[in-house]
Amino acid sequence: MLREHLHVLQTTLSRLWLTPGASLLNMTIIGIALSLPVGAYVLLQSVQQLAATVADAPQISAFLDAGKRDAELSALKDRLESNERIAKVEFVSRDSALQQLQQSTGVSDMIGDLPHNPLPDTFIIYPKVTDTEAMEALYQDLQSWKQFDHVQLDSAWIKKLDALLNLGRLATAMLATTLSLALIAITFNTIRLQILTRRDEIEVTKLIGASDSFIRRPFLYFGLLQGLTGGLVAWLLVSASLWLLNASLVNLTQLYARDFQLQPLSIPDSLTLFVFSGYLGWLGAWFSVSQHLWQIEPR
Amino acid sequence: MIRFGQVYKRYPGGHEALQDVSFDIAKGEMAYLTGHSGAGKSTLLRLVAAIERPTSGSVLINGQNIRSIKREAIPALRRNIGLIFQDHKLLFDRNAFDNVLLPLQIGGFDHREAAKRVRAALDKVGLMSREKANPVALSGGEQQRLCIARAIVTRPDILLADEPTGNLDAEYSGEILNIFNSFHQVGVTLLISTHDQSVLQRFPARALHLDHGVLQQGGAT
Repeated sequence: MLREHLHVLQTTLSRLWLTPGASLLNMTIIGIALSLPVGAYVLLQSVQQLAATVADAPQISAFLDAGKRDAELSALKDRLESNERIAKVEFVSRDSALQQLQQSTGVSDMIGDLPHNPLPDTFIIYPKVTDTEAMEALYQDLQSWKQFDHVQLDSAWIKKLDALLNLGRLATAMLATTLSLALIAITFNTIRLQILTRRDEIEVTKLIGASDSFIRRPFLYFGLLQGLTGGLVAWLLVSASLWLLNASLVNLTQLYARDFQLQPLSIPDSLTLFVFSGYLGWLGAWFSVSQHLWQIEPR
Repeated sequence: MIRFGQVYKRYPGGHEALQDVSFDIAKGEMAYLTGHSGAGKSTLLRLVAAIERPTSGSVLINGQNIRSIKREAIPALRRNIGLIFQDHKLLFDRNAFDNVLLPLQIGGFDHREAAKRVRAALDKVGLMSREKANPVALSGGEQQRLCIARAIVTRPDILLADEPTGNLDAEYSGEILNIFNSFHQVGVTLLISTHDQSVLQRFPARALHLDHGVLQQGGAT
């Protein structure tokens, strides 16, 4: 049985070799079609990872007017901590904020030139509540406190980014679905042409007593192999693009002193790509064979 | 082995290819199918190989009725029938060896055993030295013998031959008939259609004679 399948595999490979131009073209088309959603997926993954490292829990920053005395500050802190909607309050003095800034974002050269510290004292407030509405209410409440110069809900931009990422994911999914259908269609047509050119052979094998599954097998293998190699082409295209993008990203991220790299396709993701592309090729072949094979009966 | 009971075959358009044909060919028997061209010889053979189904009546092959046989059961039935075509139906994308190998691949034979059988079959028809040749490079007689090798390689119980000597000169026909005769000796059931009267004289056997789709002679067993 295994030998039989190996034999079919060998025959299929030789058929691929028989028309190298057409085979290569098909694989490239499938590869390009697949590389679009895969590339989009990889970009989304990287942006998502970046977003996750930037924002842990949502927090509210309350910036104070300059010139508050220590007593005022601790009273304000107590008042914040006693609020049942607030989990934790952290005070960041303007001096330590300046230090942090110098350490983290690589704008230290610029800061060194400043005549005085432009940063205000800040309370970083970690809310107990997590849902958007309660957070918004707390935010509104804090805004009305006259001690604060400015209150900022830090999760807002994360939410916007999340919404954007979701949109991106949806778009990628739609792209993937459409191009998967294209892959099936491409395989369907390739196999249809193959069946037509092998009409005599199919007739003869039917006369000799070949079962439908025997006749179907090389075509299914062909679809599977074509899909799989298409997936491989897509993998190579995406990996090469990422490599190129990362090379130029290095220049960009150096300016911001941030270590950001586009993540290459993980091993499980790569395997999923191969399985999926192979399966789609097989499926296209299967549709084609079930559609066309029964029409060929010995006359 | 092959039993026809009041078989009618009507084609769309009203052409009656076979009318009330009844006969019985026993296991191991050799019989000829004769008649002018268009008498229904090919139609009769196609019914035996389940390439077509009778309009009415019963065609029993080894106990299986072609009229009601399920589509999925046809391959197994055909694997037990060696078909020899007038136009050979060889595949030109592979050599002689691989052409003969095809039925064994279909049957799922072990590779080594299959190779042995292919060589035995080629030897039997005298093509041992031509196994690497493409069928295109073979003469008409050699192509016919290659077709025979392919038909016998699975050692089927029934051999059907449609005008096997049709386009061949007397010497080649003789060779091929000798091959058929040797299968008859080992108990294979043979049905050979021919319009060549000299064949019947050299290897006499029962002849089923068709005339305009009606069996005129040889119906009774």
